[in-house]
Amino acid sequence: MLYRENGQFKTTYRADQQIFPIRQDRIVIVAFLALAFVVIPGMASEYMLRAILVPFLILSLAAIGLNILVGYCGQISLGTGAFMAIGAYAAYNFNVRIEGMPLLLSLVLGGTCSTAVGVLFGIPSLRIKGLYLAVATLAAQFFTDWAFLRIKWFTNDSSSGSVNVSGLQILGWHIDTPADKYLFCLGLVCVCALMAKNLVRGHIGREWMAMRDMDVAASVIGIRPVYAKLSAFAVSSFFVGIAGALWGFVHLGSWEPAAFSIDRSFQLLFMVIIGGLGSICGAFFGAAFIIVLPIVLDNLPYWFGIPVDTALASHLTNMVFGALIVFFLVVEPHGLARLWSTAKEKLRLWPFPH
Amino acid sequence: MLKFKPLASAALLVASGLAALATAPAAFAQAKEQFFPVLVYRTGAYAPNGVPFANGYVDYLKLVNAKGGINGVKISFEECETGYATDKGVECYERLKGKGATVFQPLSTGITFALTEKAPADKIPLITAGYGRSESADGGVFKWNFPLAGTYWVAADVLVQNIGQKEGGLDKLKGKKIALVYHDSPYGKEPIPLLTERSKQLGFELQLLPVTAPGVEQKSTWLQVRQNHPDYVLLWGWGVMNSTALKEAQATGYPREKMYGVWWSGAEPDVKDVGEGAKGYNALAMQHGAGRSKVHTEVLKLVHEKGQGTGPAEEVGTVLYTRGLMSAMLGVEGVKRAQERFGKGKVMTGEQVRWGLENLALDQAKLDALGFAGVMRPISTSCADHMGANWARVHTWSGKSWQFSSDWIEADAQILRPMVKAAADKYAAEKKLTRRTPEDCQS
Amino acid sequence: MGFFLETFFGGLMAGMLYSLIALGFVLIFKASGVFNFAQGAMVLFAALAMARFSEWVPQWLHTDSKLLANGIAFVLAMACMVAVAWLIERLCLSKLVNQEPIALLMATLGITYFLDGFGQMLFGSDIYKIDVGLPKDPMFLFEQTFQGGVLISQEDLAAAVIAAALVAVLALFFQKTATGRALRAVADDHQAAQSIGIPLSRIWVIVWSVAGFAALVAGIIWGSKLGVQFSLSQVALKALPVVILGGLTSVPGAIIGGLIIGVGEKLSEVYLGPSMGGGIEIWFAYVMALLFLLFRPQGLFGEKIIDRV
Repeated sequence: MLYRENGQFKTTYRADQQIFPIRQDRIVIVAFLALAFVVIPGMASEYMLRAILVPFLILSLAAIGLNILVGYCGQISLGTGAFMAIGAYAAYNFNVRIEGMPLLLSLVLGGTCSTAVGVLFGIPSLRIKGLYLAVATLAAQFFTDWAFLRIKWFTNDSSSGSVNVSGLQILGWHIDTPADKYLFCLGLVCVCALMAKNLVRGHIGREWMAMRDMDVAASVIGIRPVYAKLSAFAVSSFFVGIAGALWGFVHLGSWEPAAFSIDRSFQLLFMVIIGGLGSICGAFFGAAFIIVLPIVLDNLPYWFGIPVDTALASHLTNMVFGALIVFFLVVEPHGLARLWSTAKEKLRLWPFPH
Repeated sequence: MLKFKPLASAALLVASGLAALATAPAAFAQAKEQFFPVLVYRTGAYAPNGVPFANGYVDYLKLVNAKGGINGVKISFEECETGYATDKGVECYERLKGKGATVFQPLSTGITFALTEKAPADKIPLITAGYGRSESADGGVFKWNFPLAGTYWVAADVLVQNIGQKEGGLDKLKGKKIALVYHDSPYGKEPIPLLTERSKQLGFELQLLPVTAPGVEQKSTWLQVRQNHPDYVLLWGWGVMNSTALKEAQATGYPREKMYGVWWSGAEPDVKDVGEGAKGYNALAMQHGAGRSKVHTEVLKLVHEKGQGTGPAEEVGTVLYTRGLMSAMLGVEGVKRAQERFGKGKVMTGEQVRWGLENLALDQAKLDALGFAGVMRPISTSCADHMGANWARVHTWSGKSWQFSSDWIEADAQILRPMVKAAADKYAAEKKLTRRTPEDCQS
Repeated sequence: MGFFLETFFGGLMAGMLYSLIALGFVLIFKASGVFNFAQGAMVLFAALAMARFSEWVPQWLHTDSKLLANGIAFVLAMACMVAVAWLIERLCLSKLVNQEPIALLMATLGITYFLDGFGQMLFGSDIYKIDVGLPKDPMFLFEQTFQGGVLISQEDLAAAVIAAALVAVLALFFQKTATGRALRAVADDHQAAQSIGIPLSRIWVIVWSVAGFAALVAGIIWGSKLGVQFSLSQVALKALPVVILGGLTSVPGAIIGGLIIGVGEKLSEVYLGPSMGGGIEIWFAYVMALLFLLFRPQGLFGEKIIDRV
């Protein structure tokens, strides 16, 4: 009743191919963006902005990157933390070593370095498949863990190995307050998400999906596996690298390689799977789930007024987290994005059952 | 077939959680209570060492409350689990900041680095007693960091001096080999600048052997130790790395008497399950060692006997427990000192506590009154010196307990002061900060 | 030369220890096609159960006999692992029967988190001791030929012998018993096995229990070596290169892969490490496995991946 396409006729191909062809969708998206850009910075508490929304945005960008690799191109990668680290340290080096380097440029250059390394570590994917590839990508993870601890040049010869960035500003706009940081991340994430969505809707995205579904058949019909797989690694690492740079610059401020450890890689993979493989909005859902859930679980005893020993609370959080992941996989293996699209399908028919 | 009901209930739960999070800036501490956030790790790879520290910390806060609070102001506290992870530490900081927290003690060098960036903007001091950045002892640059009672450069220097004493003089160290087996992280790398400086000055060869975190894989490290036969091995580990190092030392036959650990590698969890195999292992005692004194008796009487003890009573008096007691005491004393200037019996803000921590004057009389006689030496901080004391001792594991094996040793200020200043200046240049003016020091 | 032999033998024995854990991975993958990321958590859970029961049994039975305590603890820990296997099969595997391998992988990661929290909640987060009488001191061989002798860790040697014995027992189990045959049938083809009447769920419970047994043995040995605490679950990450180098479906592959990785790791750390600043062994193992895979993408002994279009 509410969600009908009745009366919405498209007269050009361009109109037919837009990302949100249904007018109700467009209205909702615009309202949502207005909420995100205008209402939330004014109303949300500092804790919400700094500890929930900023990490959510940054990690959803990384999840978009990983989704491109795992969801659209089918190459399982467990080394995402490594690419985040490369993006962060590369951006740091550009920022610190070149006087007057604009922030956005250093972020983009960080992403580019991550792309280069991503392509390098993507080369094995031409020969190795499936779970073997997943474990092989761990080589990237552990190598970068070691490299950023050992090679002093990357950390600007800091004696402790920890680096820090401060004084972010773009053309005079100082990014100091939590609302500033939130808006900066939001802007970047929107731009990157749009880029990603358009990439996956285009012919590159179709090549990736063909490689995922049946790579031998795809190469038979003329899709070059080298090009498709390496471009997936490249694009994915670019987004993940920018996300890593944002994580270090905006969220943490000062970081060490342990911030991008294998736990981060697993966390991102969870986000992608729970959110839904092969879906850009799934990355957002997954990120929201994985970030908010542990915090809610940690605080639940306090809201109910039950004083719980922090160790027990932490163990229970882990248990509930693991159980919920299995639960979601059992109930909806295609993730929250599938739930969302099913809900939309049902909404189109509502109030009729079929 | 989509199972709608369980899914809907799960979604409802998460949504309500989100809503609660969005609207709850968390209940503010009662107006008449001083709020202490307690960042702990009771789970994860470093839990065996984090738990006794946390118990000691919380027990001391309970003790102060049992004795009437800080000049009548009761203490309220909340624990937050960080698991030694930087991002969880930052999340805990953000969450507890809003409750009126006036001092944070992260107990993790990684979290300290991250919070050092945030604390000045939020005007909350950080106490990093015995850890954190060594250069933060320079209060002229690091206004909000307080590495009270010692930093890693102090630790490394005291160890070198103690080894020198064993050899019969610092000059006897020329030509010797000292290996540093360290946790491959900012924590483990902290002593390297000082050890390099000392090795240049005294002529011993320094060998660096990093161990990948969390430190369970040390076989090749100790095979290298066996090949190189260093005269001494310094251990800079945390958590499971310590006991693994001792076990591997035993497995490769390296004499434990030649091993010296930093004060975070010298506690009961590190040696308990190695037992006799760790006999003779030496470690730094940051001021205090193991054993009970007046404050422990008070804790047992006023807290544990009332059933309020945070951990088991047997833990009272162990090394890390006492360190937790001491760290909490330093925080409380900072608040008390702030009250002397800004109003006795009132709740202090972060800025006021910062002044209090910068003007600590805990002489022996005060320490005796608090019950810390024999546990610590006097600490007095100033604008330039946020460390307050640079003395430490060495204790040795007898197979059953820790026994002091050296006198108080003072770290050599001639070497430390220029290094601290240089590193602090470098930090200030990087962050484009200016050193504090004398007027600022008086405020 | 003596030192080289020391490092070599040390590597061989470290490799056997990794194989112990890799065996669990291979067993489960062979029989149910699931890459069980939770193996590390299972090792930790089993070791915690063993350590705590061996502590509690003397208190319950008021006895001082180490043998009795360890024996009963072993039985109790094994019972826990069987219970865990049954629960996992009932609640996860049977519901995820036809999903993609990545979904199953994620489910096992979820199980990892669950077991980590559950194990620590039940048994505690301290460092616990397992004492099954393995000797701790080293022994020195060939003291006449090489100065200082060649150091062999007796504990590692005992562990290597136990690992070899475990492999032999498993090989016998698979080859000579009816259940073993059924397991091999299921590993070959689920549907064919089902069609001749082999009960799939029961086989899966048995497989996970056997993997649990391997995890328990691995946990006891690693726990005796390192003490039982949380980072024990991270040793599974060290066993992954072994699994992929040897092939996900091959038990001898797990052993040979383990030996290769162990030796490679230790030699690289001791000889290459100092020039690179040290700490290289963990990524070196993975890079080695990666290089092997480039030549044999299914691992040394794994089944060739045949793509049908």
